[in-house]
Amino acid sequence: MNFDLTEEHKRIREMTRKFANEYILPRAEEMERTGEYPYDIIESMGEMGMMGTPFCEEYGGRGGDWVGMHLCIEEISRGDPPLGGLLDVNTSVVGQELYVFGTEEQKKKWLVPIAEGKQIGAFGLTEPDAGSDPGAMRTTALLDGNEWVLSGTKQFITNIGLENASVVLVTAITERREEGNNVISAFIVPKDAPGFQLGKRYEKMAWKASATHEIILEDCKIPKENLLGNPSRGFSQHLSVLETGRISIGAIATGLAQACLELGLSFVRRGYPSLKSLHQSQTVPFKLADFAIMIELSRMMYLKAAWFKDQGRKHTLEAHFAKLFASEMATKIAGEVLRMHGLYGSLDECPISRYFKGAKLLEIVEGTSEIQRMVISREII
Amino acid sequence: MDFSLSEEQKDIQKAARKFAEGEFDPDYALDLERNGQFPSKIWKRACELGFIGIHFPERYGGQGLGLLENALVVEEFCQQHSGIGITLGLADFGSEMILRFGNDEQKKKCLIPITLGESVSSLAYLEKDKGDAITSFNTIAIKDSNGYVVNGNKSFVINCTLSGPMIVLCRLGNVAPEQHVALIVEKGSARVSASMVEGRVGMRMVPMATLIFNDLKVHQENLLGDEGQGRFQLLNFINEMRIEAAAIGIGIAQGAFDLALAYSKQRAQFGQKIASFEAIRNKLADMATRIEMTRLLTYKAAWDWDGKGGNFRLSYMAKMVSAETAFEVAGNALHIFGGYGYIVENQIEQFYRDAQMIDILGELGQTQRNLIADQVIGKI
Repeated sequence: MNFDLTEEHKRIREMTRKFANEYILPRAEEMERTGEYPYDIIESMGEMGMMGTPFCEEYGGRGGDWVGMHLCIEEISRGDPPLGGLLDVNTSVVGQELYVFGTEEQKKKWLVPIAEGKQIGAFGLTEPDAGSDPGAMRTTALLDGNEWVLSGTKQFITNIGLENASVVLVTAITERREEGNNVISAFIVPKDAPGFQLGKRYEKMAWKASATHEIILEDCKIPKENLLGNPSRGFSQHLSVLETGRISIGAIATGLAQACLELGLSFVRRGYPSLKSLHQSQTVPFKLADFAIMIELSRMMYLKAAWFKDQGRKHTLEAHFAKLFASEMATKIAGEVLRMHGLYGSLDECPISRYFKGAKLLEIVEGTSEIQRMVISREII
Repeated sequence: MDFSLSEEQKDIQKAARKFAEGEFDPDYALDLERNGQFPSKIWKRACELGFIGIHFPERYGGQGLGLLENALVVEEFCQQHSGIGITLGLADFGSEMILRFGNDEQKKKCLIPITLGESVSSLAYLEKDKGDAITSFNTIAIKDSNGYVVNGNKSFVINCTLSGPMIVLCRLGNVAPEQHVALIVEKGSARVSASMVEGRVGMRMVPMATLIFNDLKVHQENLLGDEGQGRFQLLNFINEMRIEAAAIGIGIAQGAFDLALAYSKQRAQFGQKIASFEAIRNKLADMATRIEMTRLLTYKAAWDWDGKGGNFRLSYMAKMVSAETAFEVAGNALHIFGGYGYIVENQIEQFYRDAQMIDILGELGQTQRNLIADQVIGKI
C-alpha cells in the first residue's frame, strides 16, 4: 500500500492549484455575476494540457492517467466548480467515449482538438421525459442513404453554448422493438450539422458561466460514419463513461468543499472580533474539524475510484461512493460555512455564496443521489 | 389546552392567502428578484388592506392584534413567494422597538405612516467590526445641549434607503460607565451617507446598505425610552423578531414543500410518478413532519409572547428549529425537482436561497443554540 502521489501527480496538482489561485479565483465572482464565458481561461487550460490528461499523445493527450485527471479537476473546482464541470464533460465523458469507442478516423477528427482544448465537447443524454430514467428517451435516428437523420430534444447540455463547442454525443433510438429494449446508438453530432438547433440558454440559480442549453434536432443530418462505437450498444457506452463522470463529480465536490473549508478557516483565523469567543469555544472549530474529515474521505474515495480505473479494475461501487458522499458533504459544508459568516456570507461579493449556490447541483447531475443509492444498493445486495 | 386557531385568526390567514395568490404575480416577482427591487406596489396594497402593522394598536394605525396574527400573515406571504413575503414581513423592521418603548408622540409619528404605506422602518445596529456582538457598538452619540451628535458606521441596515424612521443604536460617549441609547432618526439627512449592498443569496428585494454617520444631530425628543435602555430594548426587539423570522421559515418550507409535492405527483420516471417511489415518499413525509413541528413551536412562542410578554427561550428555539427546517425542506424540495430545480423560472431555487437567510437574519448564524444553552444550563 502506498498513499503517496507520484512526482507527476504532485506536479499536476501544484500546477493546477497555482493556476486556479492566479487566474480563476480572482475572476470567479465576476464570472458568476455576468455569466460571461471565460474563453481565455478555457484556452489556457487547454494549452496546459488539462483537457487531454488521460489520453495518449497520439490523440492530442498527455499520456497521463485518471488519477492525474481528477487531481486536476479537484484543483480547478476549488477555484470555480463550473470549470471543473467543463473538464468533466469534455474529457471524462465526451473525450473518453471517443477515445474508447471511436474509430481511428473519428479520433483524429474529433478527439484530437477536444483533447488539446481547441474544441470543446458536449454530451446529450437527458431529455424532457428522460432524466433519471434515460431509458424513456424519445430521440430517434434513421439511416437515409449515406446520412443519419436525427429527431428529438436533449436537455441540460453542458458546454454546448460555447463558441468553440464542436460536437455533442447523442444517444438515439435506431430500431424500435415490440419486445425487449429498443436499439440505441450513439452519434457524433457536429454543432454545425443541418437541422441542429441550439435551444434556449437556461437561466440558472448558479453555474451561470457554464454554457448549458437545450438542443433541438429537427431532421438533423449527419454523415453515416458519425455513428460511434457498437450500433446496438450506444446506451451502455454512454453510461460507461458516465461512471467516470461520477468520479469527476466526486472530485468537483471535493474541490468545492475544500474551498469552503479554507474560507471557514480564514474567517476564524482572521479573528473576526466576535469569533474570538468562538475560536476559544468549540462549536465552530469542531464543525471545521468534521469538515476536514469529510473532505479527506471524499478525496480518498475519488482517488481510489480513479486508481481502480487506471488499474483496469471494476470500480462501479467506488465511483458511486465518491459521487454520493462528496456531493452531499459539499452541500452541507457550503451551507454551514455560509451561515458561519452571518449576513456577510450571503453577499455575492463573498465567495462562499457562490460555492453555496453551486453545491447542490452536484447532488443532481450525472445521476441524482437516489440513482447513486439505487446502484450501490443493487451492487451490495 | 386548545390547538385551534380562532375564527378571526382563520379569517386573517385566508385573507393573507387570497391577497398573496392574487397579487404576487410570478413573472413580476421574477423581475423584482432579478433586479433586487423593492415591491412598492404590492407593499402599498398590503398596507391598504391592513396587513402591515397588524399587531399595532388601532390608535396607531394597526388592527390591535398580536404577534401570532402577524406571524400567520407573514407565513402565508412567504409560502406564496418567499422573496416578496420576506420583504413585506420586514417592511416594519424595528418598528416594534418604538411600539414597545416609544412615547405616545413617537408612536403616532412613526407607526401610523408605516401602516398607511407612507414609510418603512429601519433599525441600524449591526457593525461590521463588531461581528455577532450585536449589542456592542462603536457608533457614538455625544450629548449636547439639544440632544445628541452621532458618529460612526452601521452595516446591513435594512430598508434604510426608503423613507421612514430609522432607529440607530449608539453608545453614549461621554457617560461612564458606558450606556447605550436608541435614537430615532429621520432618513435622508446629508449627515448620513449610504452605500447600497447589492447582490445577496436571498432577501434580494430588501434594500440594504452600509451607513456612515458624520456629526448627525438628533434632537432630545427622539430618544427612545430612557438613556441606558438601548441594549435592553434591542434585545427585546430581536427576540420578538426571532419569532417573525421563524414564521418566515415556516412559510418558505411550506411553499417549497407544496411545489415539490405537486411536481412529484406529476413527474414520471421508470413508468411511474416519482411520488410513488419510497425514497421520495420518505422525504415528503419527513418534510411535512418537520414543518408541523416547527409550526407548533413557533405558534407557541408567538402565543406566549402575546399573552405573557415573551419567553426568550421559546423564541430562540423557534428560530433555530425554523431555520433548520427551512433549509432542510427547501433543499429536499429542490432535490425532488432534479435539474429543473436550478432553473429560475421554476421558483423552487428562490425558496432554497431565501431559506439560508433565516438563521443569519440580524445576527451571525447558529447563535441560537448557545443562547438556549445559557437558558437551560443557568449558572454552573
